[in-house]
Amino acid sequence: MATVESSPRPSFRSRRTDVGSLPVVLVLLLGAAIFLLVGCLQSTNFARLTVEGLASGAVYSSLALALVLIYRATHVINFAQGELAMLTTYVAYQLIQWGLPYWGAFFATLAISFALGLVLEVALIRPVLHRSVIATVIVTVGLFILIDGVVNWVWGADLKFMPSPFGNGAFNLGGVAILHLYVGMLAVVAASVLLVWALFRFTKLGLGMRAAAVRPAAAALVGVRVDRMLAIGWGLAAVLGAVAGLMAEPSQLFLSPTLMQSILVYAFAAAVLGGLESPAGAVVGGLTIGVSISLVIGYVPQISSELQLPFAFLVLLIVLLVKPSGLFGRREVRRV
Amino acid sequence: MRNLPGLVTVLAVAGVLCALPFLLSDYHVSLAAQVGIFFIAILGLNILTGYTGQISIGHGAFMAIGGYTTAVLSRDHHTNLVLTMVVAFAICFVVGLIVGLPALRLSGVYLALVTFALAISIPQIPLQYSKFLGGSGGVQSSRTVDNLWIYAAAWTASAILFVLAWLILRGRIGRAFRAVRDSEIAAVASGVELPVYKTLAFGISAAYAGVAGSLFVLATNGFAQPSEFDVFLSLELLIGVAIAGLGSLWGILAGAAFVGLLPQISTSVPVIGAEHGRDVVFGAAVILVMLLVPDGFAGLLARLRRLARA
Repeated sequence: MATVESSPRPSFRSRRTDVGSLPVVLVLLLGAAIFLLVGCLQSTNFARLTVEGLASGAVYSSLALALVLIYRATHVINFAQGELAMLTTYVAYQLIQWGLPYWGAFFATLAISFALGLVLEVALIRPVLHRSVIATVIVTVGLFILIDGVVNWVWGADLKFMPSPFGNGAFNLGGVAILHLYVGMLAVVAASVLLVWALFRFTKLGLGMRAAAVRPAAAALVGVRVDRMLAIGWGLAAVLGAVAGLMAEPSQLFLSPTLMQSILVYAFAAAVLGGLESPAGAVVGGLTIGVSISLVIGYVPQISSELQLPFAFLVLLIVLLVKPSGLFGRREVRRV
Repeated sequence: MRNLPGLVTVLAVAGVLCALPFLLSDYHVSLAAQVGIFFIAILGLNILTGYTGQISIGHGAFMAIGGYTTAVLSRDHHTNLVLTMVVAFAICFVVGLIVGLPALRLSGVYLALVTFALAISIPQIPLQYSKFLGGSGGVQSSRTVDNLWIYAAAWTASAILFVLAWLILRGRIGRAFRAVRDSEIAAVASGVELPVYKTLAFGISAAYAGVAGSLFVLATNGFAQPSEFDVFLSLELLIGVAIAGLGSLWGILAGAAFVGLLPQISTSVPVIGAEHGRDVVFGAAVILVMLLVPDGFAGLLARLRRLARA
């Protein structure tokens, strides 16, 4: 995704590209990758935890990427992103109940999500966007509660079960059993991330969306329909969220209205770790959070799964205090 | 004498509140007490969000800390309940200062992210330290009180804290808060010490939430439970502030009434019915308010007043 960021920016809004720390970050990531590889070769338990962490990290990446897409374009965090993903997962559940095969329901859900994101932006977000950060945040918070209420109302709070898309089998790789599920989750998320990247990188629509996000006034002057681009951005974010929800469901084994609440916090941590404006950062951040939580829970006895969420909170806090621009973010310099 | 109409309003509200227990049934007194509890929390959050411009989606966490303070003190030391509220105020003030410290470097959406994560993580803490904090079963305080006691306590505390907030906001500190809200850079340039005032605002509002939390626990038969302090509580507080608007007693009363009464009222909404109707109505109402009456109830009042004068 790095190329989405690649074009150097003139100092129109006095933003400066913080390339200084990029080599250090890349070296650190390489170091982490080597550490994981050596660890996996040494211990099957380590390998199992790493693969699990990567798979759940892929889900966090997908949701984090959805948050980043919206943040880049409008400087708004969509607090309802997780609940929206949960809603679309219920839609998929319903489609399967009505007799659609899993993958048919999967793609139909993505289309529905796109439309839903589009409509929400036009109807609810656009009217308050110009007002203040607080106003927009409150609208997304209202949406959070509304969606939760609607899902509880329509489907009830009891657990729902969906057929597993990848079966229950496992690959055997050098003595380590790797569930088909984990490979499938990684593959689906990777495919959707790549598709979104290609859309942004190679199509005229993507070019327009990048222009609208980076320099709305200038983009409008050269004929980009900025409003339309923002709405499409929300649609794409909803699609990525739906992918996250659909891939989170089989790993949690059941569907409930609280499916995405903790995942949203991990996605926040992932997006902030990646710099909140960088799509590549969101993906790397998601995988990093997934793997580190999995390894920490697996190896540090003092930190049980109850402390998983407080741990993510701590990561979020530390990143913001130590390096607010994240791994791939630019430091923003404001002119008064 | 410029404040005379305001003073009359406050006294009238106080008079009505004193008379209410004699007019209402026990059940309705408990509802009015609930409104009082949310009044305190929303008043506090209004100092932070409305006056200082710092957003927090995590004040339910401070309510949880206040509530557990009361329950644990009462369970282990049989402390006087009013005293536990004072302790909750003090503890939450300190915790608020600590949480406010990182908030110094964060603003806008970043602060919203951190406080949201705080709100989601805090119910996990009693599960981890279940010996001391009772796990998912919760903590039962040694003494329970009746609805009238809670009503009296909630509204007395509201009155004290309202006066305190008024004293804080009218003077030097309040001016500094508003300066921070309107432009941090301009505030610093005029000699406002940003670190002091931002953390102070966080501490004060957290302390208010702490008192509200301890009353909240007493109102549920002195029982503190993690599930009572889920993320929705924090969201409801923020929504209360949005509905209240800025700088009006009536606004805060309206916000508190909305948040405190809606769960009860919406159970009688015919089509959507019990439990879930509440969230649907809640969410839809908030979005509508933000779209139609951006300045909340206070802004609506100001607009009506201008119309009346014209």
